[in-house]
Amino acid sequence: MTSARPSLAVWKFSSCDGCQLTLLDCEDELLDVAGALDIAYFLEASRATVDGPYDLSLVEGSITTPDDVERIREVRRSSRRLVTIGACATSGGIQALRNFADVREFAAIVYAQPEFVVTLDTSTAIADHVPVDFELRGCPIDKFQLLDVISAYLLGREPNVPAHSVCVECKLRGNVCVTVAHGIPCLGPVTHAGCGALCPTYDRGCYGCFGPMESPNTASLTERLRELSMPDDDIVCMFRTFNAYAESFRRAGEDIAGRTSRATVPPYPARPEERHDAQASRESHDEGRRSGARGG
Amino acid sequence: MLLDVEGLGQLIRVLGERGLQVIGPTVVDRAVVYDEIDSADDLPVGWTDEQDGGHYRLHRRDDEARFGYVVGPHSWKRFLFPPRTVLWRAERGDGTFRLIDDRADISRYAFFGVRSCELHAMAIQDRVFLDCDEPDRTYRERRDAAFVVAVNCGEPGGTCFCVSMDTGPQATEGYDLLITELLDSDRHDFLVESGSDAGVEVLAALSGRAVDDDARRAAAEVIEVAVESMGRSLETAGLQQLLEENPEHPRWDHVAERCLACTNCTLVCPTCFCSAVEDTTDVSGGLATRERRWDSCFTMDFSYLHGGSVRSTTRARYRQWMTHKLATWIDQFGSSGCVGCGRCITWCPVGIDITEEAAAIRADVLPTAEKVEVI
Repeated sequence: MTSARPSLAVWKFSSCDGCQLTLLDCEDELLDVAGALDIAYFLEASRATVDGPYDLSLVEGSITTPDDVERIREVRRSSRRLVTIGACATSGGIQALRNFADVREFAAIVYAQPEFVVTLDTSTAIADHVPVDFELRGCPIDKFQLLDVISAYLLGREPNVPAHSVCVECKLRGNVCVTVAHGIPCLGPVTHAGCGALCPTYDRGCYGCFGPMESPNTASLTERLRELSMPDDDIVCMFRTFNAYAESFRRAGEDIAGRTSRATVPPYPARPEERHDAQASRESHDEGRRSGARGG
Repeated sequence: MLLDVEGLGQLIRVLGERGLQVIGPTVVDRAVVYDEIDSADDLPVGWTDEQDGGHYRLHRRDDEARFGYVVGPHSWKRFLFPPRTVLWRAERGDGTFRLIDDRADISRYAFFGVRSCELHAMAIQDRVFLDCDEPDRTYRERRDAAFVVAVNCGEPGGTCFCVSMDTGPQATEGYDLLITELLDSDRHDFLVESGSDAGVEVLAALSGRAVDDDARRAAAEVIEVAVESMGRSLETAGLQQLLEENPEHPRWDHVAERCLACTNCTLVCPTCFCSAVEDTTDVSGGLATRERRWDSCFTMDFSYLHGGSVRSTTRARYRQWMTHKLATWIDQFGSSGCVGCGRCITWCPVGIDITEEAAAIRADVLPTAEKVEVI
């Protein structure tokens, strides 16, 4: 190592590679990145690797195997600064759906000889295993946020990655709120900004790709989704996607699932005049589902 | 002057010919927003809006009214105090720091279809941005260049309460031209009055009819009907004291359970003026940009001081917003920060209603002994 430039390593754990590709997608800025950093380890881009230690490590993917548990410790040991990128690395990703079920059962269904599959019961974030210096959210991450995180590192400043809601981005763009104006269920109010409100800009509700915002009130939003006639099962599914195991999204799903199965748990204290309606429609919906089950 | 439907189109053309970019109400994504309009056909002709807490829908009217709706999610601050403004950019050379002079030409707007509540909101933002030691340059330039065509409100919406705030529905000042739409089975006219020299000049370029007594009566009736059609009301007597004396009222916990801290109320509010400053650099570190963007007292970063956010709970943030808007704003700027436009009610995803919150606190005031002395 004779280069004066800081060295960069990009690591992959359980993931789809989309976040690493975001770096390669930087097209216009890629040469600047390559000029400012010595790309020492990035298998997605080059077979040529340089041994560590590395100044900056970008880690994609979640921890799903015993080997991952060991390898991330090694990566941490060889990295001066470790930044996790994407929903898998920051919350366990879509594959964390296994955390709500029995992964061995899945393996038995999918693989002819599941005994060859060595896997953990859970998919968890990198920060659950080693100290992380910065988490960049998104499924996938946003190119401009990634460039800002790299630029901030190079210049020793804080990255501009606000943790407020997607609603802020909608309002900056001048979008018409899809929930208020069109009755479309949207996770924007509880979701971390970063995508530039991509889906609401195209008249879709937010899917929560960037995980929970800084102070997510999932209970209040759940009530609102119910008012929009969304069945509880669907609300649980809405919270359980790419960031299913992020704490507040996980709890939101568990709260709904718990309340649905245990009628004694008091409902969320909505405004008195609305509670009646929301409860009535929920009960009639449950009734419909039960009779549907009987019919089936 | 009385203009017919053609005359209204002529007015928009004349403003354009004067080099003004005409911004007015138009339908985008099934809502009335403010955007560039080229002709009277771009207005929401024959549309009206249904508004309630967390609820907005457009419906067809059974007439061809040009102003048969109230305010939507946008406000004029979008143009006077844009969501993002580059404050400066700078380049780094060999040991040098050079500011880049890339100031764009001043945007010269004609705001078309400004409601009385919005005129009051502009006056409030004037006090915020201009009545201070360091007036905001961008705001000043845009405000000075703007031509304002106001319209008297004929049909307030379900979340309107300008009568409570004494900000409408009749426009009284702050406009260059003022339109009242007169629409019944016999007529479809626009009574246009001027409120400034620039307004007189524009009016002179239009061909209309003289105003008759019938038209005056009809215009007065429009206002009378509007005054009686407010969807909401807010009791303002003693409101400042009420809020300042009740920082520990249990209603703040109640609202915090519902509040998403999503910032929508503040960003649709035509008077909320808070911003954050963001510094960005390119990867090489050769170019730095300092940008101002809208911020909100509902974000954690907003009150972040050394060591953490001062208002870490949603309860504290909602209380701060509402108390500032309705009470401490008066101490700070000499008027309430609320103009009764109802946007914060309509565009709250969970329909939190500032008038309902204020009424709830008023209805259940704590015994004096439990009040907290505000320092």
